[in-house]
Amino acid sequence: MAEARKGARGRQEMPRQDARVRIHNFNEVALGYPLKVAIEEANRCIQCKNPQCVTGCPVGVRIPEFIKALREGDLWNAVFLLKDKNSLPAICGRVCPQETQCEERCVLGRRGEPVAIGRLERFVADWERAQGMRTPERAAPVGKRIAVVGSGPAGLTLAGDMAKKGYEVEVLESLHVPGGVLVYGIPEFRLPKEIVSAEINYLRSLGVTIRTNVVVGKLYTLRELVAQYDAVFLGTGAGLPILMNIPGENLNGVYSANELLTRVNLMKAYLFPEWDTPIKVGERVAVVGAGNVAMDAARCSLRLGAKEVHIVYRRSREEAPARAEELHHAEEEGILFDYLTNPIEIYGDEKGWVRGMRCIRMALGEPDASGRPRPIPIEGSEFDMAVDTVVMALGTRPNPLVFSDAPELLRTRHGTVVANPANGRTRMKRVWAGGDIVTGAATVISAMGAGRIAANDMDAYLSNGCPEPWWDETQSSS
Amino acid sequence: MYRIVHKEVLTPVTKLFVIEAPEVARKAQAGQFVMVRVHEKGERIPLTIADYDRQAGTITLIAQEVGKTTHMLGSMAVGESLASFTGPLGRPTEIASYGTVALVGGGLGIAAIYPICRALREAGNEVIGIIGARNADLLFWEDKMRTVTDELIVCTDDGSYARKAVVTVPLKELLDAGRPIRRIWGIGPAIMMKFVSLTSQPYGVPTIVSLNSIMVDGTGMCGACRVSVGGRTQFACVDGPEFDGHQVDWDLLLTRQRIYVDLEKQAMEAYVAAVASQHA
Ligand SMILES: Cc1cc2nc3c(=O)[nH]c(=O)nc-3n(C[C@H](O)[C@H](O)[C@H](O)COP(=O)(O)OP(=O)(O)OC[C@H]3O[C@@H](n4cnc5c(N)ncnc54)[C@H](O)[C@@H]3O)c2cc1C
Ligand code: FES
Repeated sequence: MAEARKGARGRQEMPRQDARVRIHNFNEVALGYPLKVAIEEANRCIQCKNPQCVTGCPVGVRIPEFIKALREGDLWNAVFLLKDKNSLPAICGRVCPQETQCEERCVLGRRGEPVAIGRLERFVADWERAQGMRTPERAAPVGKRIAVVGSGPAGLTLAGDMAKKGYEVEVLESLHVPGGVLVYGIPEFRLPKEIVSAEINYLRSLGVTIRTNVVVGKLYTLRELVAQYDAVFLGTGAGLPILMNIPGENLNGVYSANELLTRVNLMKAYLFPEWDTPIKVGERVAVVGAGNVAMDAARCSLRLGAKEVHIVYRRSREEAPARAEELHHAEEEGILFDYLTNPIEIYGDEKGWVRGMRCIRMALGEPDASGRPRPIPIEGSEFDMAVDTVVMALGTRPNPLVFSDAPELLRTRHGTVVANPANGRTRMKRVWAGGDIVTGAATVISAMGAGRIAANDMDAYLSNGCPEPWWDETQSSS
Repeated sequence: MYRIVHKEVLTPVTKLFVIEAPEVARKAQAGQFVMVRVHEKGERIPLTIADYDRQAGTITLIAQEVGKTTHMLGSMAVGESLASFTGPLGRPTEIASYGTVALVGGGLGIAAIYPICRALREAGNEVIGIIGARNADLLFWEDKMRTVTDELIVCTDDGSYARKAVVTVPLKELLDAGRPIRRIWGIGPAIMMKFVSLTSQPYGVPTIVSLNSIMVDGTGMCGACRVSVGGRTQFACVDGPEFDGHQVDWDLLLTRQRIYVDLEKQAMEAYVAAVASQHA
C-alpha cells in the first residue's frame, strides 16, 4: 500500500500492489492517487510563468492550467483543460514516458523531484470516467466520409477529431478488437482494457463506426478506399516482429514478444482454459531486449508462472529504452537483468524444445548512428544460459500487408511510410498517415499527436476544396 | 454478421458450413484462408476457403472435428453466427496455364484443392485429381471433384472404399507412366504433404504444398506460423500458405504443430465434461 510520504521536496507516492502479491495476478499494478493526495501533489506545482513542462509534451498539454484547476477543486475544468490537447489522458497518464518528456523539464526536478504530472493526468482522467458517460458535442454533418485504417492511438485520435468536426468516420481494424497496441500489446496490469473500451465507446457515441476483422490490403486495397472515401488515414502501426536470425530461433519455446503478448492480452491466454487460447511459458525465461515491450513480456511471463525471468540486453541500464517506472516495477518484481549480454544461438533438446541460449558479453564503444554507445562483443566471453523459453523483443517494423496495390505510397528502406511531419500527408493523394507506421515503433503520445496533426490538415484540405499542390517539396522534411 | 446459412454433415467428423460474408466472397481466391473465432472467448483458427460464391455472397468452410474449437464449430447450427471471420488471407494460388497438372488432396485437403482444381481447369489445364482419406468415413466431395477434374483417382488407406492405397502410390504411377505433369499440388496433413513432396522430387516436378502451421492473427504480426523454406524463415500466413514442397523443412513444421498438444487435450477434455454435465 501507500509508502511513507516524502518531505516537501519529494513527490507523493502512488499506491501500488505489493510486488509479492502482484506477480501472481494480472490486476493493475499502480493504483492511482486518492483525491486528497492528488491535491497535495498538485499543490507542489509552482505554476511557472514560462512552463517548461508543456514544451516537453509532444502534444502540448496545458499542464499548469489543469493542475491549477485540480487543486482548486474544479475537476470538470481540469478535465476540460487536460482534454483540450490530449484525447486519451487515462491511457497517456499510465503509459507515457513522462521522465523524458514533461517531467524532465519540470523546474522542481532540478533540486528535488518533479511534479508527478503523469499521475495527476491519470487522476483527472480516472475521475472523469468515474462520473459516467459524457454526452459529446458534435458539429453538424459536413457530408464527407473518412476511412481510418488501424485503431491504435493514432487512428482513434484522428477518428475522434474528425467525428467532432462533423465528418462521417469509419475505422477499419484487422483484429477482432479495436485499440491497437493498447489492447494486444500492453498488458492488463499496466493498462486495464476497460479503459480502452471506454474510449472506444466514447468514439462510438460520437458516431464513429468501427469495423473489426477488416484487413486492408486484403479485403479492400488502399486504392479502393481512396476511390470510396473523401480521405484516408493510415494508422496501422509497426506490427511486424523483428527476429535475430540466429540459429535455433524456430525451436519450440521461442516466441516473438508480439506472439506472447497477443496470446496473453488480446486472446486472454492467462485465463486458459476458460478462454480457449493457450500459451506455454516454462520455468526459466529469457526476454531479449529492454524496451517497454520486453518489460511487458518479462512481467507477463512471471505472472504466467515462470520461476526465473531474465532480461537480456546488449547495452546497459542507462540505455534501456523502457519507461523508468516499468524498469523499476520489473526490478521490484524480481526480474533478473543481464546487461551487456547478447544471444548468439538458441539450442534445443531432441524433441525440438529450447534447452538453453548461448550468449556473449558486450562492452560499450563509441556512439553509433542512434547516438547510443555501440555494443561490441568481448571475444571468448561466450557462456550458456539454461532457459526453456526465449522471447524476442527486439523491435518491430510496419506490416507491409496494407501497402499491396499502392506503389505510389512512398516508403523508406526501413519500411516506414514517408509523410510530411507538418501535416501527415503521404505521397499518395488524399492519404494521410501517422503514428508508428511513419516513425517506426515509438510512443502512444507521439502517435496521438500525429493523429491530431493529420486531422487538422485533413479538415483544412477537405473544407477548402482540396487545394493543390498536394505535396509541397519545400515544406516537407522527411 | 458471419451467419451460417447452410450446414452439411460430410462425414461423422467433417462438417461443411456456408457462411454469409459478401465482402470476403467478393475478394476470395483459390488457395486463401480465413481466420475464424467461434465464440467470444474462442481462439482464432485458420480455415481454408473451400469454395466461394460471389453472387450469393458466401464462403464455404469445411472443418474436421479434432479439438475444442472445431467441435464447437461442428455443433453450430444454421442461423447461428461466428464471433469473427477475417479474410481472405494468405497469397492466392498461382493460377496459370501449365498444361497437365495433378492435385492431391488428403482428408480435409480435398476441400482445399477443390477451388484450385476449378481455377486451374478454367485456365485451360488438364487437371488430374487424386483424393484419399484414411477410410471411407472420412472421404467427401468425390462428386464435386469430378466436376472440376478431367480424371479423378480415389483411394482409401484401408481399402474401405475405392482403391486401397495412400495417395502417393497413384501419384508415383502417373509420374512413372510418363504423364507430362508440369506441376503438382499436394494439400492435406503435414505428413502426407511431406510424402507427396518426397515422391515428386526425383521427377523434378514442381510441387506446391499449403502449410497448416499454428496461427494467431493470420496477418504477419506474431510469427507463430513460422516455417523454414529453403533455409529461410517464412511466415506461413502472409508469405504462404503455399510453398515449394521440395524446400520445406518438414520436421520443423511437424514439431511446431505439436507445441500445444497437451493443452489442446486439456481444453478438449474440459469441453467434453462441460457438454456432458449440460446433458446430464
Ligand atoms: C508491448 C508494448 C508496450 C508498449 N508500451 C508503451 C508505453 O508504455 N508507452 C508508450 O508511450 N508507448 C508504448 N508502446 C508503443 C505504443 O504502443 C505505440 O507507439 C503506439 O500504440 C502506436 O500507435 P499507432 O496508432 O501508430 O499503432 P498501433 O497501436 O500499432 O495500432 C495499429 C492498428 O492497426 C491495425 N492494422 C495493422 N494493419 C492493418 C491492416 N492492414 N488493415 C487494418 N488494420 C490494420 C492493427 O491491428 C492495430 O490495431 C508499447 C508498444 C508495445 C508493443
Ligand atoms: S499467424 Fe501470426 S504471423 Fe502468421
